Amino acid sequence: MSNAVSVLGGAGFSGIIRVVDAGVTGMITLRGDLACPKIAGAVKATVGVNLPQARNITQNGHNGAGWMSSDELLLTCPYEEACTKVEKLEEALKGEYFLVADVSDARARFTLTGAAVREVLAKGSPADLSPGAWPVGELRRTRLGQVAVAFWLRDDITAELVCFRSLGKFVWDWLNVTAGDDVPGYF
Amino acid sequence: MSERLAYGGRLIDRTCEISFTFNGREMKGYAGDTLASGLLANNQVLVGRSFKYHRPRGIVASGPEEPNALMNLGKGSTFEPNARATTTEIFDGLTARSQNHWPSLEFDVGAVNAIMPLAFPAGFYYKTFISPRAAWKHLYEPFIRKTAGLGDAPDAATRDADRYEYFYAHTDVMVVGGGIAGLAAARAAARSGVRVLVMEQSAHWGGRAPVDGASVDGKTADKWVKEGIDELSRMPNVRLRLRMMGTGIYDHGFALGYERLSDHKGAAGTLRHRLWHIRAGRIITATGAIERPLSFAGNDVPGVMLASAVRDYAVNYGVGVGKRVVVATNNDDAYRTALLLKDAKVEVPCIIDARPDPKGTLPEKARAAGIRILAGKAVSTAYGSKRLTSVGVCAQDSDGRKTAEFECDALAMSGGWSPVVHLWSHCGGKLTWDADRAMFRPDHDDLPPSGADGIGLVLAAGTADGEMRTAAVLENAHAAGLRAAGVIAFSDGAGTAAAEAPYDGPSGTDAGEAPMLPVWQMPARLSKKAMLKTWLDYQNDVKVSDVRLAAREGFESVEHTKRYTTLGMATDQGKLSNINGIAILADSLGADIPDVGTTTFRPPYQPVSMGVIAGEAHGTIFKPMRRSPMHDWIDANGGFWEPVADWRRPYCFRQPGESVRDAVTREILSVRENVGLLDASTLGKIIVKGPDAGKFLDMLYTNMMSTLKVGHCRYGLMCSENGFLSDDGVVARLDKDTFLCHTTSGGSDRIHAWMEEWLQTEWWDWKVYTVNVTEQYAQIGIVGPNARRVLEKMGTHMDLSAEALPFMAFGNGKIGGIKARLYRISFSGELSYEAAVPANQAMAFWEKALEAGVGFGITPYGTEALHVMRAEKGFIMIGDETDGTVIPQDLGLNRMISKKKDDFLGKRAQERSFMKDPNRWKLVGLETMDPQEVIPDGAYAVDGHLRHNGVRNMIGRITSTYYSPTLKRSVALGLVERGPDRMGEIITFTNPGGQEIEAKIVDPVFLDKEGARQNV
Amino acid sequence: MLILRCPYCGICADETELTPGGEAHLTRFGPGSTDEDFEAYLFLRQNPKGVHIERWCHTCGCGKWFHAVRCTATLEIFGTYSAQNLRPPPDIIEAIKIRRPDWGGFHK
Repeated sequence: MSNAVSVLGGAGFSGIIRVVDAGVTGMITLRGDLACPKIAGAVKATVGVNLPQARNITQNGHNGAGWMSSDELLLTCPYEEACTKVEKLEEALKGEYFLVADVSDARARFTLTGAAVREVLAKGSPADLSPGAWPVGELRRTRLGQVAVAFWLRDDITAELVCFRSLGKFVWDWLNVTAGDDVPGYF
Repeated sequence: MSERLAYGGRLIDRTCEISFTFNGREMKGYAGDTLASGLLANNQVLVGRSFKYHRPRGIVASGPEEPNALMNLGKGSTFEPNARATTTEIFDGLTARSQNHWPSLEFDVGAVNAIMPLAFPAGFYYKTFISPRAAWKHLYEPFIRKTAGLGDAPDAATRDADRYEYFYAHTDVMVVGGGIAGLAAARAAARSGVRVLVMEQSAHWGGRAPVDGASVDGKTADKWVKEGIDELSRMPNVRLRLRMMGTGIYDHGFALGYERLSDHKGAAGTLRHRLWHIRAGRIITATGAIERPLSFAGNDVPGVMLASAVRDYAVNYGVGVGKRVVVATNNDDAYRTALLLKDAKVEVPCIIDARPDPKGTLPEKARAAGIRILAGKAVSTAYGSKRLTSVGVCAQDSDGRKTAEFECDALAMSGGWSPVVHLWSHCGGKLTWDADRAMFRPDHDDLPPSGADGIGLVLAAGTADGEMRTAAVLENAHAAGLRAAGVIAFSDGAGTAAAEAPYDGPSGTDAGEAPMLPVWQMPARLSKKAMLKTWLDYQNDVKVSDVRLAAREGFESVEHTKRYTTLGMATDQGKLSNINGIAILADSLGADIPDVGTTTFRPPYQPVSMGVIAGEAHGTIFKPMRRSPMHDWIDANGGFWEPVADWRRPYCFRQPGESVRDAVTREILSVRENVGLLDASTLGKIIVKGPDAGKFLDMLYTNMMSTLKVGHCRYGLMCSENGFLSDDGVVARLDKDTFLCHTTSGGSDRIHAWMEEWLQTEWWDWKVYTVNVTEQYAQIGIVGPNARRVLEKMGTHMDLSAEALPFMAFGNGKIGGIKARLYRISFSGELSYEAAVPANQAMAFWEKALEAGVGFGITPYGTEALHVMRAEKGFIMIGDETDGTVIPQDLGLNRMISKKKDDFLGKRAQERSFMKDPNRWKLVGLETMDPQEVIPDGAYAVDGHLRHNGVRNMIGRITSTYYSPTLKRSVALGLVERGPDRMGEIITFTNPGGQEIEAKIVDPVFLDKEGARQNV
Repeated sequence: MLILRCPYCGICADETELTPGGEAHLTRFGPGSTDEDFEAYLFLRQNPKGVHIERWCHTCGCGKWFHAVRCTATLEIFGTYSAQNLRPPPDIIEAIKIRRPDWGGFHK
């Protein structure tokens, strides 16, 4: 896997917040009936976290499970482990009606750090990102400027942002402009 | 003489002097001055020329309603035309130039237009320039372009130095306007704990009340405002923004705020404007009112100003707009201006009051101060050209015979007040005519502009709601605040109902006013001659005579009159002129004002910068661009880009000194003779899985997919329910329940959405999941006679022999150490493989392939070579051979339409009668008689007949056309009426120059019809 | 610029995060149907001034299709519900009737 490179090769930039290409990340799409106990069991066994509540993400280090839709989860893990985890899930869910796909390479991931992180994202997303409306741990699928993204807060000042790989450079450029030097100070 | 007064100026800092220039002349102002107050302090009353007649014009107003004082500001990369002097704050080094004159402001040759205003009546352009037709383009339009217009257009080569952005904000209550009404409403709402956002367009809180001398809660308005702001800024649920204008209100509480961050600083290259996209639960418009001019002859002479503006310049900026100022009014409010000027030792020769018997508190005060009041009188004419010199007086109830004349250098006029109802009306709020106060104000009885919950969304507050007395303004605004916060119910009972609570809002007092007298022209029986010099719309040069002419010519609707006369269509959108114009129209038609009604109020309230509309979307982030993992390599290796949906793909790879055409030829021949390398990553890839996946794909594709064997591929077509081709691609069956569907490059998101739509909304009981994995895999094509050798050289344990991996099969394995799924599919007719590899490892794979291919003549190739090669093979391309009106049968793809299936999307539509018409245009190959001639793309075939309308009858068109280096001749595909039945026939195409090109109808497969090249 | 609550994820989504899908509760007519039925299915829509049941997809979000009942004149929203219904749920019917007593009801 030494050949694997993320879209911006781990580049970073400091403006009013710090923006870093978080590197290659294991990501797995799991579609199925989230109420089915076998799915919860398979998720726990594979990435070691409980099934998230609607719109939330539960994380433990690199491993995590995010609620993408009523029948879709995004599982995260170290990049190298994604293939084996996909196989493990396929095995655990054999006979069930489900879909598992490795999407590690389909996406770019950025880590955004700084007190102004909510306001930088609010320059592009129509979602209410104020502390009262967007708590830590809530995975919000929305748009950023003209492209679809998902993001969540790891803590009060750290956000993770995921977008399609082909748009990674665009989102990076967008963040370079909007995280430049000023936010409204609204939140 | 307009000058700085010895004292006064609550908004300026006399200790901080600022230099700026106007038309190259250096002037001094103070921090806090607007450009307008700065100009007036320097006795610069003449500030521009009018749009149509090039009349000298002066500053009329003190706020955003100003029609005349538009400036060219700055230069080069900070240049901006049409900036309002009244809303531009000065800074050291500001440069302003007046507009719309040549050669100079003082002497303008265009002013000759003004000598004959009769020559340019309403509709002049429509009537005059209608014929001869050709003259419009070559004579009239260039002339009008040269003489008309506002500020200069920015230099085309210069780029805006500043930055702009959006910001999305949510709030429970949004308050537009930071005067006493806005602050009272905000405070009432905020005390209940809801989120409140207050915005004020100017740089100061307080609005008009401090200037007008109102007192609130027993304090001066200034003091009350300061304390109110202190309280609000301490509240954690309140956000206060200055220099932010509420520009528009839209559905469901969406509103725009236009924040000007650095205009007043004069710093270039900074974040200049921010466009706030706001979602508010309720919106309070505390936007105040705008004073109306009076309509008398010469009311546009520089020095004639609104009475409130005269007051503003004196109180806010310590500027006296004249040495001798006559006041003309139909109401008590203008007396405040007279009294104030008198206090400031400015001479006030008289107050001309149209009312027969003014005797309110304010007129009494004026009398007591020794100011002469001319009751029942009117201005007959204002005299002067570049500056007011005197004012003639006549009886209001007369035809204008002058009875007296007063020398003066300024005239303060007031025709009453119009509430600023724009924002209330943006979202559908209706208006009602208040005859006593001669104003349109928000109609609460009609359907209020409502939100998603069906409850009133926009609440007008204070003066904007038609309240003119301080106490009533505050009471009204306080209630609006409580309603918006859900503390008390709406008047129609909607919203939260709470028990009657005692009033705990602010109380206010002011001087009180006697009733005004609606006066729509001065004098009442304005002569025809005077009407020609009585302006309604200063900026667009519309006069009373124009509106009356429009009415005579049958323009009865106010919307039609507006467009015919251009009344209210200038950059100020008729803030001063609309009500006066409507009243004149009503009078001309013999109708009542409310029956004539207003024109539609549309956002933005005031013009906003072009930059802020684009926001941050500029330069590299203007529009999303999708990049494949090989993007940078392609860019560095001569990639000549073309857009394909949001992707960029290389059209070809140009070597140094090579033309595009030569590059394409070289690439094609390399693929046909050796081996080419293609980045096909943009191809859509969708996994479809589940027990019903086969059944689902049978519905989606026209051909049968459920019978596809695991490990094999099948080409498929998709149609819309209209039967028209929508997408195509190769489907691979990964296992019993799992298919991988390839789509076109532009189709991946659309087809994935199409699949989900059917699964979610029609066949939700079918067990099928989909996931779009387009970006997970880069797809790299190794194409050409040497393809197998390159893959073997890269190193793989996979058996690539024709027996083990035949055409239309795929295998999984490692190639060059990288996990890949290898498809044996071909879009070129050659021996061809496509390797799907994880995107993060794609660049490594690409380089390994290039390295392995060195001895085999490997050549990266682009989309044009791909297109030429597929056309040589007669393969269709979605978007070339299809255009949303083409069915598979038109393309000779009947074999792709399953006859075994009862149903698939588009099947029913393909049974419609016109789809079975034998005369439909169908796909054929076309060979020009001259093999070197290439038919232009899109060219039409004609049959020599004329249609009833004289147009040549068309019998077909070109869909793909290329020069084939392989065949050394041109090849084209086209749709021709009954084409397949006419093989060998020669038909005629036309090119855009009108010349005719003859071509023979041939089979669409030009090369290797047997498929010998790919089956090796 | 509507704001609609997605019944799947609970997000009050901005119109720019949604894709409109036209009139809801259409019956698909396929092979074997009459020309009239097929034409009506493809082209004929109610387009009322007033209560309208329409399809929306939470595209920039959870990706689910849902139905919204909206007054086309005032833009009041009477409710949203999953697209996997053959008719509006009773509570939504009730909500419409309260606000629009003259409404002719749901007919399919």
